[in-house]
Amino acid sequence: MNSTGLLLIAPIILPLLVAIAGMFGLALRPASRRLQRQISTVGGVLLLAASLLLFAEVYRAGIQVVQVGSWPMPFGITLVADLFSAVMVVVSGLIGFAVQLYSLASMNEEREVFGYYPLYFVLLMGVNGAFLTGDMFNLYVWFEVMLMSSFVLMALGRNKGQTIGAIKYVTLNLISSAIFLSALGLLYGLVGTLNMADLALKFADVRSNPDVAGLVNAVAAMFMIAFGIKAAVFPLFFWLPDSYYAPPPAVSAVFAGLLTKVGVYALIRVFALIFPLGSGPFQDLLLWVAGLTMLTGVLGAVAQNEVRRILSFHIISQIGYMIMGLAIFTPLALAGAVFYIFHHVVVKTNLFLVAGAMERAGGSGDLKQLGSLYRRMPFLAVLFLIPALSLAGLPPLSGFFAKLSLLQAGALVEQFWLVGVALFVSFLTLYSMTKIWTLGFWKPDPSEAQAFSAAHAVAVPVAPKTRWGAWFLPMVLLALVTLIIGFGAGLFFPVALQAGQELSNPSIYIEAVFRSAQ
Amino acid sequence: MEIILAVVIGVLFASAVYLLLRRSLVKLLIGLALLTHATNLLIFTAAGLSHGGPPVIEPDSNTLIGSSADPLPQALILTAIVISLGVIAFALALSARVYRVTASDDLDRLSQGEE
Repeated sequence: MNSTGLLLIAPIILPLLVAIAGMFGLALRPASRRLQRQISTVGGVLLLAASLLLFAEVYRAGIQVVQVGSWPMPFGITLVADLFSAVMVVVSGLIGFAVQLYSLASMNEEREVFGYYPLYFVLLMGVNGAFLTGDMFNLYVWFEVMLMSSFVLMALGRNKGQTIGAIKYVTLNLISSAIFLSALGLLYGLVGTLNMADLALKFADVRSNPDVAGLVNAVAAMFMIAFGIKAAVFPLFFWLPDSYYAPPPAVSAVFAGLLTKVGVYALIRVFALIFPLGSGPFQDLLLWVAGLTMLTGVLGAVAQNEVRRILSFHIISQIGYMIMGLAIFTPLALAGAVFYIFHHVVVKTNLFLVAGAMERAGGSGDLKQLGSLYRRMPFLAVLFLIPALSLAGLPPLSGFFAKLSLLQAGALVEQFWLVGVALFVSFLTLYSMTKIWTLGFWKPDPSEAQAFSAAHAVAVPVAPKTRWGAWFLPMVLLALVTLIIGFGAGLFFPVALQAGQELSNPSIYIEAVFRSAQ
Repeated sequence: MEIILAVVIGVLFASAVYLLLRRSLVKLLIGLALLTHATNLLIFTAAGLSHGGPPVIEPDSNTLIGSSADPLPQALILTAIVISLGVIAFALALSARVYRVTASDDLDRLSQGEE
């Protein structure tokens, strides 16, 4: 194992070490909240640094491959970081760090001394593992690592809604995992390997064999359903708004930002590498899925009145844009999808963080009960506006360039109806963001108005005393990232373009993996 | 042999889906457990069944000669069994919590309770 091997493994090993340290901390000093916080802060910084180093190496030297334990592929497990994986690892490091900071400010002590931080890092390990693995079965294992910790993070607490949300979430994910695993079994029966590069190579022959064409399509469809549930695409999204609404803001922020995107990542990986779109019925299907996902998500959001529920529905509609990039399947579209994922994760996490602060300041997430936050906390209003306008795609923020590239790619292959849908949805997104702005920030606070009209001093509910500096820090960080990738799109888009080129040309990936095996 | 196993897997999947669609929380859990068993058997069968061919290399040879059982699917199934054990155990604990909170194992009433 050389230094590149270490770089590749670090984003997986580091969170594990942090989690272990945290658990030892819990065992040795059970009530020490400070120890937990110190360990996890150090862990968050190290993880971000490790992911940036990995990205720098991949950007400089091309695809990095490690055969874990020096077992040659396809027998051992291969870890692969192409540019797409590296970008995803960077975004997970960034979100991991920001939400960790936010947890320091917002998490209650009960959860903190009950192992919140170790669980959080196990979750990050699962996410990074899923991004870096080059083996289908290993992908399943990482999915389970990630799910298991997300189950516990979601259920940890005494909230009734949380428990009920958790049972739905657990059931849906178990079904999705069972479908994924069945598809793996059938795939292994067909090809006899589970290494992604090896699969891509051998599957080319299997696909052309008319005897098994039906089975091949069935397996592809099973992968699509399994990852579709995790990515929350139409019509498999119904679990998402219920589940992402209940847990504490920090938890739902990391779920909203990262977890569904792992499903999108797996979809892109599988349908770019193993079942390349363009042959078979799946391209048309995905185009429809993309359009319908965008539409249903945004229309669902219009009907909602809770900040976090509105944002949850917007996750669904944004997933539609990413699937659109995959479905069009040109290098430009894939680049657009990669750029969109990066932009979306940063922006969406930030919006959830802001929503958590709004709930804290206003005592509720219900827009009917919120109001005049602009007057009370102008800085929070600015922090809301940056990601909100970016989500809607206003120039010069990051969302504009993400959408522009997707629309351009769509117009180039003459999918005009899909481009139209994307524009319409983008308009409705702006409407939703305006709604949160108007009702949450501008409208007079209903409790104050009531007190005024009743003409006697009813005690206005005062928000619990809060040190807002610690809350704002991660939001400022993420808002800065949004601004930087927006204003510096000329610098960052070529990276996405290169990732798109790699994705649309699987032979680069396959060659890199096989070369390292020699 | 494949036919029998295929029928068994089909029945397991069918009963799992049936149980998942019931309203009772306990039946949901049994359905999930059956689902994982069906999946494991599917991996086992799809990878090909063979009889009397241990994947052992003869002492005077370097490679495996003749047809033999493929040990990899069994390794996969072992992993999957361990994972499903953990997940089902968690689901059981969670549903016990749900029962304590809502005093009902009716899933329909659960979603009403959330309003």
